[in-house]
Amino acid sequence: MSSTIDEEVAAKAPQRPTKRQRQAANIADAASGGIKMLVLKLVLLGILDAIAVSAVFVLVMGGQWLVAAVVALVAAVVNWIYFSRRKLPAKYLTPGIIFLVLFQVFVLVYTGYIAFTNYGTGHNGSQEQAVSSLMASSLQRVEDSPTYPVTVVDQLGTLGLLATDPDGDAYVGTNDRPLEPVDADMEGGKAVATDGWTSLSFADVLARTDEITELAVPFSDDPNDGALRTPDGSTAYQYVSTLEYDEAAGTMTDVTTGTVYSDIGTGAFTSESGEELLPGWQITVGFDNFVRAVTDERLAEPLVYVTLWTFAFALISVASTFFLGLFLAIVFNDLRMRGRRYYRVLMILPYAIPTFLSALIWRGMMNESFGFINQVLLGGAEVPWLTDPFMAKVSVLIVNLWLGFPYMFLVCMGALQSIPDDIQEAATVDGAKPWAVFRLIKLPLLLVTVAPLLIASFAFNFNNFNVIYMLTDGGPRDSNAPIPVGFTDILITMVYKVAFTGQSRDYGLASAYSIIIFIVVSVIAIIAFRRTKSLEELN
Amino acid sequence: MAKKPTKEHRSWVEAPVVEAEIMASGLDLEAERAAHPRGVPVKRPFKFGRWFRATGWRHIVGIVMTLFALFPIVFVISSSLNPQGTLTGSNALFSSIGLESYVRILTDPQVPYPQWFGNTLIIAAATAIGTVFLGGLAAYSFSRMRFTGRRFGLISIVVIQMFPQMLAVVAIFLLMSAIADWFPAIGLNTQIGLIMVYLGGALGVNTFLMYGFFNTIPASIDEAAKIDGAGHARIFFTIIVRLAAPILAVVALLSFIFTVNEFAVASVLLIDTEKQTLAVGLTKLVSNPRYADWSAFSAGAVMAALPVVALFLFLQKYIVGGLTAGAVK
Repeated sequence: MSSTIDEEVAAKAPQRPTKRQRQAANIADAASGGIKMLVLKLVLLGILDAIAVSAVFVLVMGGQWLVAAVVALVAAVVNWIYFSRRKLPAKYLTPGIIFLVLFQVFVLVYTGYIAFTNYGTGHNGSQEQAVSSLMASSLQRVEDSPTYPVTVVDQLGTLGLLATDPDGDAYVGTNDRPLEPVDADMEGGKAVATDGWTSLSFADVLARTDEITELAVPFSDDPNDGALRTPDGSTAYQYVSTLEYDEAAGTMTDVTTGTVYSDIGTGAFTSESGEELLPGWQITVGFDNFVRAVTDERLAEPLVYVTLWTFAFALISVASTFFLGLFLAIVFNDLRMRGRRYYRVLMILPYAIPTFLSALIWRGMMNESFGFINQVLLGGAEVPWLTDPFMAKVSVLIVNLWLGFPYMFLVCMGALQSIPDDIQEAATVDGAKPWAVFRLIKLPLLLVTVAPLLIASFAFNFNNFNVIYMLTDGGPRDSNAPIPVGFTDILITMVYKVAFTGQSRDYGLASAYSIIIFIVVSVIAIIAFRRTKSLEELN
Repeated sequence: MAKKPTKEHRSWVEAPVVEAEIMASGLDLEAERAAHPRGVPVKRPFKFGRWFRATGWRHIVGIVMTLFALFPIVFVISSSLNPQGTLTGSNALFSSIGLESYVRILTDPQVPYPQWFGNTLIIAAATAIGTVFLGGLAAYSFSRMRFTGRRFGLISIVVIQMFPQMLAVVAIFLLMSAIADWFPAIGLNTQIGLIMVYLGGALGVNTFLMYGFFNTIPASIDEAAKIDGAGHARIFFTIIVRLAAPILAVVALLSFIFTVNEFAVASVLLIDTEKQTLAVGLTKLVSNPRYADWSAFSAGAVMAALPVVALFLFLQKYIVGGLTAGAVK
């Protein structure tokens, strides 16, 4: 036993352990693990495997082979890692890395992909989905078509129609599955029930009227054959689309007007006069989004002023909070002063309150006609704090100063106190005035500690979503721009607003803007790491 | 240049030191003068001008800054106590006092404030615990083990943390909608999904804070435990975790506060009103402050801020240390 221990201790030495040493270490580890840990490990892995297997099953049923393979592979690797006697670091790193890769690395890469597509309102799915959705939205009842008695049926929450055709044969189908013949219980020439489906009672039909009237069960795989729709849940009629899809030619023809809409590679059926049928579908558009962002005048102008303001906002915020914080740190870094603790606690309160709340409170106080600042502090003035493009920027900076100075105060206070007193005494003995002591000795020493934090603070403010969004919502709105953008928007709020607010969502353009931020942040990161050499120091 | 220091020209630094010495030594006046030939008096007559130049102006700065820091807080407390609803009615500070606004926000059937509060607590607590767990495990392996790819892993974490998840909010939304098509329980519009997304950011600055702290725990403790027969898991969970409790608390709290504040991703992923967090719900509640029930919002804001502020002030000492090590607000 004692030799094992010796080897175990030796294994901690910097040089790579030999095979025998590793084996010894493993034996020691396994011996000390205990049965409880083993059971816990088996239970956790069992749960994980059960989830993985069911996930793979669901994905395979849905035909998502690639995703299913990835899930299976990850599950296999996880099992291998935890059942292996080695792979010790991997056992500690795997859980975090799985989340990191999926929700941080993958989504950034995926953002890059979306930036090259036309993804957004009207371009959400595949061409096939676009065709069926276009056909479904232009359905019209066929004049003098036969009536089909129907029973509304349900299978695991999906509604379907059990229809009886004029010949007395029963068919069942749903929105996604065309009608197919089934054996059914007949009652007075109408199919009322079939295996695997639950027939809805009259009360259920009433309760789900909205869903039922939306049902359009296609006759066959060919969308041109039309669909069955029921206005009342008991009889259905044949509906045919006014659009006719020619799969070979890839064209849509409006049979009422004769207009031909063809696929010209823009992700939507377009007529010769340039009219588009929406929804279209998702395609990759190359650098279109980037080109559009910088060459389309109505988009380029907002991009320029938003980018400039983002830099200005981040720089001024860092500078103003730093100088105020530093000033306060100097003022309060005097042991003769009484009550410093109380000032300190009161002054860091803004920092302790959740930012979104502070920003919302300021928004109320800065209201032009009813706000506290105009009405009470300024005695009824009408300062357009949030509605004038220039004043709104000033307001954002004031509020961000309020939010950020306590942090800089704390940081500078800490940095000042960590400067040894004897340096200062030596300077004083040499006859330096207080100001010279500060400027030539304290400030450079302080900056050494604080510089990386200033860079981090810049990077943070560059993407300071909450202050902008809660305080001004980016406003006042720029009415010339085709996208929802305003004069205090920074890049990240513009991304959010282009993607999720406004009349139409444009994920492609929003992602292209994200990529621009990504590049800027990368440059900042490179400068930061070069300057601070923090990466070289890692070991 | 070096003048003999007189009362007026004394350097502002040495005074506290000298005075402190005097206080400590407890010598009488004569002995003190003998000990300090420069003639520093023990008790001087109070002169306003001198006091003002030394510390008085500092108090003025302090009072001004305290007013600047506190007036929005006073305003929101006052308007939360105001039974009237409007923004205008809140302007006269503490003109009327009552708890009606608190009752209103807690019971209004249109505004599921208690649910938002509960959701926020659950999501933030789960994220905080998950972050500490995942980050702690990773930090332990980086700190105590030597393996191929370790330096690469450390550098990757430093680099990746520069890019906030918010940048990929569009992709996160689309990914979660795709997941919802197959696994509705963890996809879009679920709190579990949101927590999972937040955990994607667990191995970031937090890991680094913990890594730094773990490095300060001497490795000889591990070795002693190993000789006594403890395995790596036991060393981590029973020794390292306990010794590193302060930093774990800081990371948990920073992660908690971050999650409470997070708006962009939460607003996109949580669609149903009763599933949302305080940040999303309250922001939508006052999207037009002129027509909103401002007092009720203020009451909600005060209640939402209280736990965070209390935690913050309680753990202030630790947080400040953690903040200066990297995290930024």
